[in-house]
Order: sequence, then C-alpha cells, then structure tokens
Amino acid sequence: MESIRKRAKELLDSKQVQVIIGYENGTSNKVRASFIKDSAQVDKLIYDERCTQNLALYLVKHEVKHLGKMGIVATIPAMRTINMLISEEQVKPENIVVLGIGEDGKLLDFPDLTVMESFLQKANIELTAKDKEAIEKLKKMTTQEKFDYWSNALETCFKCYACRSACPLCYCTRCAVECNQPQWIPVQASKNGNYEWHMLRAMHLSGRCVSCGDCGRACPLDIPVHLLTMHMAEESKRLFGVDSGLSMKMESVLSNYKLDDKDNFIL
Amino acid sequence: MELERKLIKKASLEKLYQKLQANGNKIFAPIIKDGKTEFHYNPSYAEVTYDHIQTIQSLKNTVFPKIENLVRFTTDRNGTEVTEVDLAKVPSLVLWGAHPCDAAGFKALKSIFMWDYKDEYFNSRMNKMVVIGLSCYKCDDNCFCTSVGLNPGATNGSDILLTKLSTGDYLAEIITEKGKEIVNAAAELFEAAPAEAKEGNLAQVKQQFSHEKVTKNLAGAFEHPFWVENSLRCIGCGACAFVCPACACFDIQDETKGKTGKRLRCWDSCGFGLFTIHTSGHNPREVQSQRWRQRIMHKFSYMPERNESLGCIGCGRCSRACPVDMNILEQLIALEKIQ
Ligand code: SF4
Ligand code: SF4
Ligand code: SF4
Ligand code: SF4
Repeated sequence: MESIRKRAKELLDSKQVQVIIGYENGTSNKVRASFIKDSAQVDKLIYDERCTQNLALYLVKHEVKHLGKMGIVATIPAMRTINMLISEEQVKPENIVVLGIGEDGKLLDFPDLTVMESFLQKANIELTAKDKEAIEKLKKMTTQEKFDYWSNALETCFKCYACRSACPLCYCTRCAVECNQPQWIPVQASKNGNYEWHMLRAMHLSGRCVSCGDCGRACPLDIPVHLLTMHMAEESKRLFGVDSGLSMKMESVLSNYKLDDKDNFIL
Repeated sequence: MELERKLIKKASLEKLYQKLQANGNKIFAPIIKDGKTEFHYNPSYAEVTYDHIQTIQSLKNTVFPKIENLVRFTTDRNGTEVTEVDLAKVPSLVLWGAHPCDAAGFKALKSIFMWDYKDEYFNSRMNKMVVIGLSCYKCDDNCFCTSVGLNPGATNGSDILLTKLSTGDYLAEIITEKGKEIVNAAAELFEAAPAEAKEGNLAQVKQQFSHEKVTKNLAGAFEHPFWVENSLRCIGCGACAFVCPACACFDIQDETKGKTGKRLRCWDSCGFGLFTIHTSGHNPREVQSQRWRQRIMHKFSYMPERNESLGCIGCGRCSRACPVDMNILEQLIALEKIQ
C-alpha cells in the first residue's frame, strides 16, 4: 500500500500523470475506484484482496480520459485489458503509466509497457478456483442440461446492461442491441430475447475477454454471465491458441483468418 | 377514511392468503429462491417469507411492467390497422408483504404517471391492485426511509398494514376502502385490536439528513463541482434505475415481425448515454456526471417541485445494487451540507 502511495505521489508531483486511478475505502466495508489528482490525497489509496474491480474500464471513460495522462493501479486482468485496449486502438500507450499489482499484491515496477508485456507472458492467468469449478460443471452437462441451466439463469435478466457497462472491453458507443434498423435483438426482456443478447455479447468478446469477472459481479440479479465469456476465452485458447491481452499487438480471433485455422467446428 | 385497528392471528393470516387466492386473485409475495428473496407470482403460503430486509428488485413491475405492450398493429398496402390492448383483462392483484417504503413507492410513480396526462395502462393496473403492507422490524445501513418522510411502520400507500407483534400475531391497520373490503369479506379472521403498541415492534432507522434541506440546496447546485467529483466512478450501467421503485423513465420501441408488430414501452434509465441523444448526434447530457446530477435532481428537486412527491423512498436498493459503490445516502448527506 505504502509503495503504491509513494509511486502515485512521485508521478503526480513530477507531472508525469494528472490523475491516478486506484482504489479507496467505500461505504459498508466496500472498496471503490478513486481518482486522485492532488498528491496531498494519495493517502486515500489502498490495496487489499477486496480490490477486484478492473479499473482499466475508466481509461476509456470520457470524463476520466480528459483529465490528462493517467496512472492506473492495475491487477493482472486490468493489465491484460490495457494490452487489449492498446491493440484495439482505444488507449494510447503514451497516455498511461501502469502501477502493476502482482499476484502477491505487491507493486511491480514497469519502466515502460514492454516490461509489463514480458511480465504478463509469464504471469499466472488461471481462472479462480470458483470460476473454474463452475465452468467445469457446465462443460460436463449435456446440451439439453446446459440449455436448461442457461434458460433458468437468464430468465430473470431485465436487460439493464450493467454487465455490458462494467466490462472494459464492451466500449462501443452504439451496441448492436441498440440498433433497430434492422432490429438484431428483440427489445423484450424475455426468454429468447435474453438468450440472444447474451449469445451476442459472448460472441463479441470471444478472444477479447480477459476473464476479470466484472460483468458477473456487476449484475444486480447475480446472473453468472461472466461464465459465458470466460468459456469463450477458453475456447479461443483451445481452437486458436490465443490468450487475450498478453501483448499490445493482439490479433482479433474473430476478424482474422489464417490458412491453418481449424475449420472443424463449421457445420 | 379513518384508520381502523384489528388483530389477525398468525394462523388466520394463512387463511386470509388462501382465501384471497381462492377468490381468483393473483398474488405477488416474497419467497426465497436460489438464496435470494424476491417477489414471485402465486407462491404457496408455505414459501412466503417475512424475514427479509429488502428484495433486490422493486415491486414496480406490477404497475409499470418492464415491457408494456401498448398496441398491436398490422401493416399492408392499404395502410396500418391498430388493435388496442384490452385493459379490462388486467387481473386483480394482491401485493402481499410489501414494506412501507415500497408501498409509498407507488405514490411516487402515481405522481408521474397520473400527473398531467393520465396513463391508462398504469391506472388500470393500479386500480386492480391491493397492497397488504408489512412493517419492517429490521433494516440495514442502506435504509433511510426516515430521512425521506417515511418510517418502518408508515401506512402511506398500503391498503392494509400488518405489523408483527411480540406474540407472533399481527396488528392489522386498515387504511383504505379497498382494505376494508378485504377485511369485511373475511371478517371471521379478524379480532378486536390488541393492546400492544406498534412502535415497539419496528426497526430503528435513524434520520440522517433533512430532505427539505437537500431540495433547497439543489436549487442552486446545478453547476456545482460536487457532481463531477462524486460521479467519476459511475459507469452509467442503469442498475440503480432498474431496481428503483420510483424510477419511471421509459423508452418506446416498435418490434415488428413481417407485417405485424407491437409498440412496447420498456424501462429505461437517465443514466444511459443514449437516453438523451438527439438524431443529430448532439447529446444535451454528454457526460456521466450530468446524468448522475439528473438522477438526484429529478428525485429531490424537480419531483418535489412539480409532482409534490419526492422521487425516492429511501429503500437503499440502488446503493446495494451499484457495482461501483455510488451510495445515494452518502451523497445525500453530503448534499445537505454543500454551499
Ligand atoms: S447485468 Fe444482469 S440483468 Fe442486467 S443485462 Fe446483464 S445479465 Fe441482464
Ligand atoms: S466479458 Fe466479463 S469477464 Fe470478460 S473482460 Fe468483460 S467484464 Fe471481464
Ligand atoms: S450509480 Fe451505480 S448503478 Fe447507477 S448507473 Fe452509476 S454505476 Fe450504475
Ligand atoms: S433512489 Fe435508491 S434509495 Fe431512493 S427509492 Fe430509488 S432505489 Fe430506493
């Protein structure tokens, strides 16, 4: 914690960044994102095991981006997100400084982003035991069982789209669900409409999802939608050998074709 | 009408539920499913729970459904034929076990839907609904009903309000004619009023701010730096509006299939960037802080001014649902003090 505050102070005082995006204490023993612009405030910054939100989300937020250069406290999924956002030209590397947090919760020193890349190549990007178990359980189900599981889980979805807003890689300003000429996805929050919405999201995140879990955490109705995108991440790895966000030059699994791509899944 | 007090024994309460169900009413009552307490249609009495603090979702879906089919239409070469929805078919509904804040939430919605234009869809559902409220005996640190003029035993909005007494039986306060009809039709289940006072059986919710003061401060706070400072973390996800009993923003969309279609009224949120965007591309609420300001202003300034009702009943659902800890109570306490 002290090392994060110290580094934040240095970056702000030397004007290398205008804002530090980190974590602070919130209400009811919760933690939340903090935006520190004045080095006198760095003592607000904290880091502990409650700090799970993927802060890279704020790198593309209009009002945050306009504060100037940003220093960001980034966990492993957030670092992977940063690489994805750079690959997809949403973030300019020269506009950010990463205060990486390793698996042990300690501050990592990244003189520049290529060092972060090398760190990520070797980092542990395994899913948490809980998510792994949930995905394994789903994989063992028959097609019918899976269909029943998701029909039941998605039935309550009222399409607030909090899952989408919480996802740092769902940054489109006009999402396909909002297009109505033609209407791709039914407006109704109903069984089929909900299915289509979540299938669409899972497809658009295939090979891009960094498995941070924020979409599932954001859902006010506790629907485990992150399992869909995390499963697609596993599939991208299995079929195309791609783990998202390990470098600043990721090729998109969905929009690139290679001659040696397997096509055995095409019906 | 004058409020009447009666006693209903625990066993009689079950009989009342069954009687209402047997009479063909749809019942909406709280049950625990998959570890979560939410209201469901027509559960068996054995499933009904009285132990929760608050459900995740509000109860507004009963009168302001997340999707309301306004009209159906068929279009062909000769023009468009419109079929109205038959509102007489709206079923009678008993809302069983709504907490006092939720019951008051319907009044806030009414102040919007019945304000200048009288919304028939809302009104027909409202007329067909009876609210059997249940006083709160516990609360959490997100509850702030007492700061918005309510309390854990407030009768405002309920037709009958039940309060669990130390004996395990219930005090029934009969508030409206609708409530009285129910009692008259099941007179054998009600007994003379108990001696025990209601007050000792209610949750203690400390008043944390004066809503009058907040309203007063908001009048001059449109350009205050407070909004940007306190909403940088808001991600505009709309979860707060979707769980809120008093949020009434909607969007109207046509959904067509071939030649036929439906005009639908769907929940929306002033927190969404698309909510105010014009066809030209101009967006009068361009950034999230302006949308957060709108949420607070609407509830605590515009509504008290125009609709003579606050747009918040202090249920705390938005604070519990927010993924980034935008705690409305914390912000209202701060707004009471801004200069
Ligand atoms: S956050 Fe939950 S309820 Fe909202 S759209 Fe996503 S899955 Fe549905
Ligand atoms: S889809 Fe969910 S798990 Fe994947 S990056 Fe987005 S928020 Fe994280
Ligand atoms: S206040 Fe919270 S729940 Fe509401 S839009 Fe902002 S982030 Fe979402
Ligand atoms: S604004 Fe929040 S606390 Fe107020 S009524 Fe709505 S959900 Fe409840």
